[in-house]
Amino acid sequence: MSEDLKILDEVTNSEYKYGFVSNIESDNAPKGLDESTVRFISAKKNEPEWLLEWRLKAFRHWLTLEEPTWANVHYPKIDFQEIIYYSAPKKKPTLNSLDELDPEIKATFDKLGISLIEQQRLAGVAVDAVIDSVSVKTTFRETLGELGIIFCSFSEAVHDHPELIKKYLGSVVPHTDNFYAALNSAVFSDGSFCYIPKGVRCPMELSTYFRINSAGTGQFERTLIIAEEGSFVSYLEGCTAPMRDENQLHAAIVEIVSHTDATVKYSTVQNWYPGDKNGKGGIYNFVTKRGICMGDRAKISWTQVETGSAITWKYPSVILKGDYSVGEFYSVAVTNNMQQADTGTKMIHLGKKTKSIIISKGISCGKSQNSYRGLVRIGKKAEHARNFSQCDSLLIGDKCGAHTFPYIEVGNKTAKVEHEATTSKVGEDQIFYCNQRGISTEDAVNLIVNGYCKEVFNQLPMEFAVEAQKLLAISLEGSVG
Amino acid sequence: MLLIKNLQASVEGKQILNGLNLEVKPGEVHAIMGPNGSGKSTLASVLAGREEYEVEGGTVQFLGNDLLDMSPEDRARAGMFLAFQYPVEIPGVSNANFLKTAVNEVRKSKGLTAYDSKEFLQIMKEKMKLVEMDKAMTQRSVNEGFSGGEKKRNEIFQMAMLEPTLAILDETDSGLDIDALRIVSNGVNALRDGNRSFIVITHYQRLLDYIVPDFVHVLYKGRIVKSGTKELALELEEKGYDWIKEEVAVGA
Repeated sequence: MSEDLKILDEVTNSEYKYGFVSNIESDNAPKGLDESTVRFISAKKNEPEWLLEWRLKAFRHWLTLEEPTWANVHYPKIDFQEIIYYSAPKKKPTLNSLDELDPEIKATFDKLGISLIEQQRLAGVAVDAVIDSVSVKTTFRETLGELGIIFCSFSEAVHDHPELIKKYLGSVVPHTDNFYAALNSAVFSDGSFCYIPKGVRCPMELSTYFRINSAGTGQFERTLIIAEEGSFVSYLEGCTAPMRDENQLHAAIVEIVSHTDATVKYSTVQNWYPGDKNGKGGIYNFVTKRGICMGDRAKISWTQVETGSAITWKYPSVILKGDYSVGEFYSVAVTNNMQQADTGTKMIHLGKKTKSIIISKGISCGKSQNSYRGLVRIGKKAEHARNFSQCDSLLIGDKCGAHTFPYIEVGNKTAKVEHEATTSKVGEDQIFYCNQRGISTEDAVNLIVNGYCKEVFNQLPMEFAVEAQKLLAISLEGSVG
Repeated sequence: MLLIKNLQASVEGKQILNGLNLEVKPGEVHAIMGPNGSGKSTLASVLAGREEYEVEGGTVQFLGNDLLDMSPEDRARAGMFLAFQYPVEIPGVSNANFLKTAVNEVRKSKGLTAYDSKEFLQIMKEKMKLVEMDKAMTQRSVNEGFSGGEKKRNEIFQMAMLEPTLAILDETDSGLDIDALRIVSNGVNALRDGNRSFIVITHYQRLLDYIVPDFVHVLYKGRIVKSGTKELALELEEKGYDWIKEEVAVGA
């Protein structure tokens, strides 16, 4: 191994700093999964009959499905009977005052650097925090309420806004969509719900923070965002988990509905525990995220910075149904050590003059494998649809892999689809050039990689962009080798 | 300031430098010339600490320290600057950001406080004049899409910003037209302050009309075989290197 490569190794081999476990008493479902588990969860959440039926339908469908194996990731078969499907902090937090929040939970959020109070006061970011299966706190609700914006936990929405849930639940990601979507639909525990009324521009970033805390637990949250005609919302999602030797499953669903002239921006900084250097432990992140541009000129924009998880399997997608609607996907996926990522997007063009843009930056270091998988489909009626895709891969060191699987299906002759792909290495020349200007190798790698990701970071809200850069630096620590 | 004794170095198992001796004192400008393959760029790379170059023997002292024992970044922080023959592109990193990182690293190593953005912009503005550089260039990614001339000008600009004690110019004149050559040379001359030293590596006497050296050395087969003043460069321009090769052959 050359000196530069050795340094790369050192730079990317650092520890996960969110790996603590909080000592919160929790109320768990018995291990394993059958119809009674589904009934248990539904009962715990005091759900209406129709929702239980909906879950059971999904569960029965799930039983008929096989775990998918087409992704370019490798892991031992998951024993779905070994997982706890419901875990809730025992002390039921009241939503009236932050003072009543379990001190342990509060301490957890402080450790995560998301003091809810601080956020509320300073940043003007409304936060919904989900620990294990339950949403523990939603801030800023009153301010939002004055504008008619609903931002609450999914469970509350089921009780307070059943007509909206009934109308939209599963409308973008039906339970029949895929194996994990079916599983989630059967056992989802909580998540966030967000509704922006007609013509309202949400005045602050809405944010959900997900945390898996209990051992042996799977996390199955659902997020549903509805943007009515002419509205705008920017939504942020962050996630962390303790360091544990066993693998934990996270199978979430995010559904977005963007009506005529509405815009939804969804940003994720995903930092689930990636496992140790030898690939022990870590989160299996099998997520289905999809939005639909229902009306004309609707827009959905996904931005993701993926640095965590042992395995990531995730394709935030947009169905461009309305004419002139726009779908965007900006992604930075970093894999280090033994991590595996198979991520990308699907842009389904149905309406006329629909436009999509895909910018994907994959960065592989250590012994990791990083795949981009994307589909661009132009439907028969999508006159003059346009897509531009750019998929770049950056390799750091000589033991990692980068793969690109683009799928393009064009059903209309007037469409214009462009795909560009590059693969490059962080060059020893680049590092030496920086060294010669007095910049250390570790800083040089950071500088080079940040430059490489610039187009994507530019899409993130400011505070998140800073966060993402820091996270990138941590993920890359020990990568130069 | 720089004292090279009996330096021997190889790259990919091939010996390139065979006992090179050179002393550079503060404020001096040394030109190094020589036929292709004589080891000129190898010398520059070894001094800057490029990893592929293996030092087989000899010593190099820089400001009283053992240079060969220092990492490339420590050499840079100590005041050694290499203007690259082929400057490297760093996409997405603006020239300004790159330089700010570099300048503040160097300042940190000297126990100085980092410049804030405002101070830095001010200094950048002054130094840009030296190489007649457009402000837009500072916002462009490092060397990305720069013409050959722009890259070389950018090297001199970086040198002006980093204010080194010793600057090594590795064939900075190659690929430059007359105007660019004048601009680059003016920039270098403006940085000659009686203390700062230069090692100017070049193939062509032409550059030395602009940057007038105190000494000219001929490098051949990895050794300095002849030293003189700027007149030696003119003689080489006229007669080529064959007579020197013959002298070396006779001497051996």
